[in-house]
Amino acid sequence: MSDIPDMSALELRDAIAAGKVGAAEATRSYLQAIEKHEPAVAAFNEVHAERAIQRAEQIDADRAAGRPLGALAGVPVAVKDNMCTPYGRTTCSSKMLAAFRAPYLATAVDKLEQAGAVVIGKTNMDEFAMGSSTEHSAFKPTRNPWDADRVPGGSSGGSAAAVSARMCAAALGSDTGGSIRQPASFCGVVGFKPTYGRVSRYGLVAFGSSLDQIGPLTGDLADCALITGVIAGHDPRDSTSIPQPVPDYLASIDTPPATLRIGLPREFYSEALDAEINEAIHGAAKVYKSQGAEIVDVSLPHSRIDIDAAGNLSSYAVAAYYIVCMAEASSNLARYDGVHYGHRTAEPVDDIIELYSRTRAEGFGEEVKRRIMLGTYALSSGYYDAYYLKALKVRRLIANDFTEAFKACDVLLCPATPTTAFKIGEKTADPLTMYLADIYTISLNLAGLPGLALPAGLSRAGLPIGMQLIGPVLSEETLLRAGRMYEKASGVMRLRSPIVNGN
Amino acid sequence: MTEAKDNILPVVGLEVHVELATATKMFCRCRNHFGDPPNTNVCPVCIGMPGVLPVMNRQAVEHSMKVALALDCTVADFTKWDRKGYYYPDLPKNYQISQYDLPLGHDGRLEVPLPDGAAKTIRVLRAHLEEDAGKNIHDHPAHTGVDLNRAGVPLLEIVSEPDMNSVEEVMAYARAMQRLVRWLGASEANMQMGHMRFEPNINLHITRPDGTLVTTPIIEVKNLNSFRALEGAVAYEIQRQYAAWQSDPNYTLEGLGKQNRGWDDARGQTVFQREKEEAHDYRYFPEPDLVPVVVDDAWREAVAAGIGELPLARRKRYMDEYRLSFKEADALTHDPASGEVLDAAVAAGADAKRCTNLLLGRIAAAANEKGCTLAAVGVSADQIAELARMIDEGRINATAGEKVMAAMIAEGGRAAQVAERLNLLAVTDAAAIEQWVDQAVAANPGPADQVRAGDKKSAKAFNFLMGAVMKASGGKAPPAVVRQLLAAKLSRK
Repeated sequence: MSDIPDMSALELRDAIAAGKVGAAEATRSYLQAIEKHEPAVAAFNEVHAERAIQRAEQIDADRAAGRPLGALAGVPVAVKDNMCTPYGRTTCSSKMLAAFRAPYLATAVDKLEQAGAVVIGKTNMDEFAMGSSTEHSAFKPTRNPWDADRVPGGSSGGSAAAVSARMCAAALGSDTGGSIRQPASFCGVVGFKPTYGRVSRYGLVAFGSSLDQIGPLTGDLADCALITGVIAGHDPRDSTSIPQPVPDYLASIDTPPATLRIGLPREFYSEALDAEINEAIHGAAKVYKSQGAEIVDVSLPHSRIDIDAAGNLSSYAVAAYYIVCMAEASSNLARYDGVHYGHRTAEPVDDIIELYSRTRAEGFGEEVKRRIMLGTYALSSGYYDAYYLKALKVRRLIANDFTEAFKACDVLLCPATPTTAFKIGEKTADPLTMYLADIYTISLNLAGLPGLALPAGLSRAGLPIGMQLIGPVLSEETLLRAGRMYEKASGVMRLRSPIVNGN
Repeated sequence: MTEAKDNILPVVGLEVHVELATATKMFCRCRNHFGDPPNTNVCPVCIGMPGVLPVMNRQAVEHSMKVALALDCTVADFTKWDRKGYYYPDLPKNYQISQYDLPLGHDGRLEVPLPDGAAKTIRVLRAHLEEDAGKNIHDHPAHTGVDLNRAGVPLLEIVSEPDMNSVEEVMAYARAMQRLVRWLGASEANMQMGHMRFEPNINLHITRPDGTLVTTPIIEVKNLNSFRALEGAVAYEIQRQYAAWQSDPNYTLEGLGKQNRGWDDARGQTVFQREKEEAHDYRYFPEPDLVPVVVDDAWREAVAAGIGELPLARRKRYMDEYRLSFKEADALTHDPASGEVLDAAVAAGADAKRCTNLLLGRIAAAANEKGCTLAAVGVSADQIAELARMIDEGRINATAGEKVMAAMIAEGGRAAQVAERLNLLAVTDAAAIEQWVDQAVAANPGPADQVRAGDKKSAKAFNFLMGAVMKASGGKAPPAVVRQLLAAKLSRK
């Protein structure tokens, strides 16, 4: 059954439930795909082959015994390595946690497993989710299945590459400023960041707590609806999770919204945008129009992207975002001090301060250190008002802009990234350039809104182009249906990366 | 010519840290309990593992609201949590979840009784809730151990205004605070278990003979965990600061600002503490893992309804209505239950003063012995009321009453039955009493004559004869009747 990885998660689920494919057979076939593609892609930090097969065999036994099967029974999924699992390690692709074994299971992963999903491995990422290329992994860079010289995006680059190379049927990522949507776009898959609080953060190693959100990376919109429905919901262990019932996203996925007003935020269509991407997004707008959607012009003034005479980009949203996420990160990462768990320096130290500094100097990579230092600075007395407090005010203004825009439309359509996947090493020398890879994705993290990235075609160079749909709080169902509407009308879906096609 | 003197006014504010008596910790479900083996009451949340999240303990918030309301604080409609960042091994996350700019309660007051019988109102600046840190244990020569059982225990920090001007006022405030939090059931406030810790801020306002005012640096003495240490530290600082200023005129608030000192319990001195480099910058910011606490009127009122009469109000009522002395009323208002026994006994028709004597007599002795409250001795309001009535009605005399009380403490039972069983009921048979009187007079002609003579020894002689009659009656004759009869018999013919 060499074509199992070619099936969608939903198709595989149904085939297993119908007895056409065995769960263990499916898992083995994905493990074979990993064996085949992983050396070139390097998407995984750890593959749990043995445990995965055992779990899959249990699903087969359950089915044989006539026991009820879950919504993802037998579907092999990959999980970003910042979600804690009591099996294997949870490293965040950091030297600091290289040997860390969590004694607890993240709620989102728990829900996947409760639904019968088979966790096949933990995926590579930018260290502590800080980055947009997966080059900041302390272990290895992951490569884009569309072009091995290019990055898969980040920070959920391992998850996006694994789905793109069909080394798993679907994956979980986390998105603080675009870390699901940007790699999804670079790798030609669907990536969804639900409303802040829609999915529990319990067990997700924190980066920017007020921004972090777990979401799926999948081959198509139906799979996205399926996984989102499984992982969403209130969790008493996460006070910030939303106590609202979860709609059956999958049941309504093929019903297009009766009316759909699509807003094009004019600030996102500036000179900063790659011409081909601009073309692709406007092409998508035309598809929607042909399906009866209304296209309206809207404005998000505080998400404006400016370019100076020298061609440098700047944006209020990027500035506010980086202050907030670095401030939170500087506090969230304070616990990695070598005292209670994780890396501890082997060097002799004179006192506790030296233990802290050596441990942290050794355990963290450059980008993490940069963000801890900047975040610490932004929260320091005397600077708090000028940076952190001001960033919170900008955050409010950005959120207000969205509220205003959603008076005139149901969803916003915009690019997911300013460019297609860039080359490995292209941006590592200049952190600011790297930060600007998030210009289209971070605004909605600041506003807590859901954002869906889906493929909008390929560039002339044969690289995936991503588009993004943004909706108001808890508009997941509308976004998924609107995304599906495009997917079906355009035929741009389940793109096969050359690594899968080419053999 | 006498030397003109400086007038020294100590100015003291006090931070009181109170560990709340909740079943579980502030942000996880671990047991909040003192004295368990190290690191047994811990979980991924309170040891700060990656990816776990705090969940607020509602009981801790309610305890805190109760204390804040009892302190006459404004309990805010909206409060939030903040992170206070500092690195220390007993603080696993290297930040403490606390409340920075929006404390749960603010602008309250506590009326504090002073030894001279007067009272002083000390203003409360704020009361905020936070999590306690763990403990570093230095019992190994080469290592420091960290016990995280205490990490995450709810801690209420109550900050006063600098309204105290003497050691006595500080101590009275601290003791009143201990009584209040215990009274409300918010904390056991047991000093040995570290339930209560103090951090006084002390400086001196020195008025010089020429009228100029000098203020010494504000010294915060950290982490005092006994009343004795608090008393010692404040007294020591008052002396030390004056001496320091006398020897160095630049030892002033303008010159040195605020400083921290520690307390050396063995030497009874405060000691200079090297400032941690980052001690001044906690980098507070709103805790993103928790939602704000919204207190509506219904919640506030429900908590307020559970407060009941506070110790100061009750003490005043006892003095006004029951005509008790300050000392008596104070002794009955250490805890809510003891006063409830008294009030119930009075409601059952007994005299308040008589019941108070019983409570503060044998019952207080028993409580002292057992180390418990008056109420916990176990004598009920009905038992006390019945005995009090019997004494007042002359059915038993006070001395016999003491014996009945002792028996009730030991074995229980109703006062009348106990008195009967012990054969302590007063004899009301007039003939029998008259016989004891006649026998006493006949057996003691000397004193009898002295009484009859009405000379200066007559009072003493009368009491001697009273004693003789009581002895003859086995303590069962009602003294009032004996007195009357004896007086009649010995009146000058």
